[in-house]
Amino acid sequence: MKVFSRRAFLKTGLAGACLLAAARTLDREVFAQESRPGSLDLKKLANKDAELIAALAPAVLQGALPDEPSARLVAINEVIEAFDRTVAGLSPAVQREVESLLSLLTFAPSRRLVAGVSKPWNEASSDEVAAFLEQWRNSRISVLQQGYQALARVMIACWYGNPLSWAKIGYGGPPHAAELGLL
Amino acid sequence: MSASTVPDPIRLALDDRSRGWKVIDGARLTRDYLIECDVVIVGSGAGGGTAAEALTQAGLKVLMIEEGPFRSSTDFRMRERDAYPQLYQESAGRQTRDKGITILQGRAVGGSTTVNWTSSFRTPPATLQHWEKSWGLSDYTVEHLAPWFEKMEARLSIAPWPVPPNENNDILRRGCERLGIPAAAIRRNVKGCWNLGYCGMGCPTNAKQSMLVTTIPDSLDRGLSLIHSARVERLAQRYGRITSLVARGMDSDGVSAGPWKIRVAAKHVVLAGGAINNPALMLRSALPDPHQRLGKRTFLHPSAVCAAIMDNKVEAYSGAPQTIYSDHFLDTLPHGGPMGFKLEAPPIHPILAGITLPGFGAGHAAWMKRLPNLHVAIALMRDGFHPQSEGGNVAIRADGSPVLDYPISDYVWEGLRHALAVMTEIQFAAGAKIVMPLHEDAKPYRSWAEARHAIGGLPMQTLRTRVASAHVMGGCAMGADARDAVIRGDGRHHQIENLWVFDGSAFPTSIGANPQLSIYGMVARNASRLAQMLRKPDPRFA
Repeated sequence: MKVFSRRAFLKTGLAGACLLAAARTLDREVFAQESRPGSLDLKKLANKDAELIAALAPAVLQGALPDEPSARLVAINEVIEAFDRTVAGLSPAVQREVESLLSLLTFAPSRRLVAGVSKPWNEASSDEVAAFLEQWRNSRISVLQQGYQALARVMIACWYGNPLSWAKIGYGGPPHAAELGLL
Repeated sequence: MSASTVPDPIRLALDDRSRGWKVIDGARLTRDYLIECDVVIVGSGAGGGTAAEALTQAGLKVLMIEEGPFRSSTDFRMRERDAYPQLYQESAGRQTRDKGITILQGRAVGGSTTVNWTSSFRTPPATLQHWEKSWGLSDYTVEHLAPWFEKMEARLSIAPWPVPPNENNDILRRGCERLGIPAAAIRRNVKGCWNLGYCGMGCPTNAKQSMLVTTIPDSLDRGLSLIHSARVERLAQRYGRITSLVARGMDSDGVSAGPWKIRVAAKHVVLAGGAINNPALMLRSALPDPHQRLGKRTFLHPSAVCAAIMDNKVEAYSGAPQTIYSDHFLDTLPHGGPMGFKLEAPPIHPILAGITLPGFGAGHAAWMKRLPNLHVAIALMRDGFHPQSEGGNVAIRADGSPVLDYPISDYVWEGLRHALAVMTEIQFAAGAKIVMPLHEDAKPYRSWAEARHAIGGLPMQTLRTRVASAHVMGGCAMGADARDAVIRGDGRHHQIENLWVFDGSAFPTSIGANPQLSIYGMVARNASRLAQMLRKPDPRFA
């Protein structure tokens, strides 16, 4: 029933757009004063965006992130920072799309309704997170498929652009580093 | 940090005041500017660079404006995460409106030539014949263009590549050979290439003969003025002539326009900003478009991708990126029938592999762990030669930025499906143990028979099928008849007498080959004709 009503709601389109707009304005205004995590220097992402990415990273990058807890924490923080830099490098129009997507997922009512995740992201189980990703990946609603692909691909790019990821995939990094002044 | 043993000719020239280069960084303006010149060129890629050379050689006062930054070999550090945001449109994540196609397009001084993979082909004769017949482009024959291709091949050291292909390309060659599919070597625009494999991140050794190290520095020596990090916002026209151009210096964030304006009064305006940005600029400027042709017929060579795992190391990140190709499925699938495609093998680095492989989590990570053994083939679809392949449509958003709609027709989807099957068969023939067409519903297949059956049933749909593009063409089509085309065969706008389009956006179809040499040759001719027309009278005879 829950799934049905969610689909029916989104299929109206207009309602989906209203929800997005509400999520964006309410959310950004209410939480505008919110503090950002002290250890991360973020230009574009809010604290709750960072929490979302921290919750998604172990699922999106399962098998790719380090297993050792402190290395894993460093890796996830670097994915969040790289995500932030990536958003900053997009055109303003695409930045607004990403902002809408993040708001939709971090605004509690829309998170429950559209992502099907009942708890806040930092309390969601890994199964719940993986189920959300799989559901959006295979959704018949193209905007949800787009949302999944945007999140997954940016996070994947953020991790595999990081030299910390390279040992696990057998990539030795750029050649002739000394001669070319890269060390 | 150690210093590179490779000199950076751009940095050296910029630091040497006696060279007299006139270069302005649009992101560091502190006031408005007003500039007068004979010709202003918008864009600095294959078209803009070639045009600058012809026009400055004629002694004209030329200004070039580029939206991206002025980076050079010292900045090219072979790291994707640095290169993509610096050197590409949308940090290498430019997409069509429905996100169905990801487009790699340069945004830096030198345009896409700074980041392309050096593949150099003359325009295929079949393409030129089609243009002559269907678009009235009577002087675009093989014979007419041959001297211009020769000239640019000499200028940019375009020649056969004497080094054996890397394993990624050799697998394509071997697979084709075993199936009796003809394949051949790709010529490259390089001089003293180190065979590194990082062309897509900017050449760190200045071996690639891009516009950045050839026509642009030479034009700067001849007095070209270059404003980089500045976006052209609008052209003003009156009575069929462009009267002025307005650009804004970019903000320090690099993605939005800052407060300072550059107004340019030029006798002639050359657009060379590419097939998405040129139509967008003309649309923002509300230029005459009596037959609604502007921004229509934008082509991408939409490309299907197929990955394979080989027993031996492939290391597709190492060695010259594209050196083998096959045109068998262009030559045997003529225009008008099922869609033809060109086969190539692209470079594979961690980010590009990561974002192109489908899925997430453990399945995705398992493929990434085989990166050294990964082979990838691509099939570039020849779009624009069939009634069901009309290409895309450039529009502008409310903020004036461009967006490309590119609906993929059933005809194109069937072409992409055919290409996935062909690449899979080639990879198995070359000895692949596992092959996976890049599609959200595909699985790793262990035999050609299994894969063939599965590919036949894959839902060919947007976002399910991975589709990429590295070639943006059209949108300002040239043609003899003003009812079909935006510009004439000589590059001049049909309705505006001092506006010229000199780049790949002029193509009325896709090329059916990597387009850089097509742009160089055609622009060399058209820009030389414009230069001839505008050439300053020799003062000795005045």
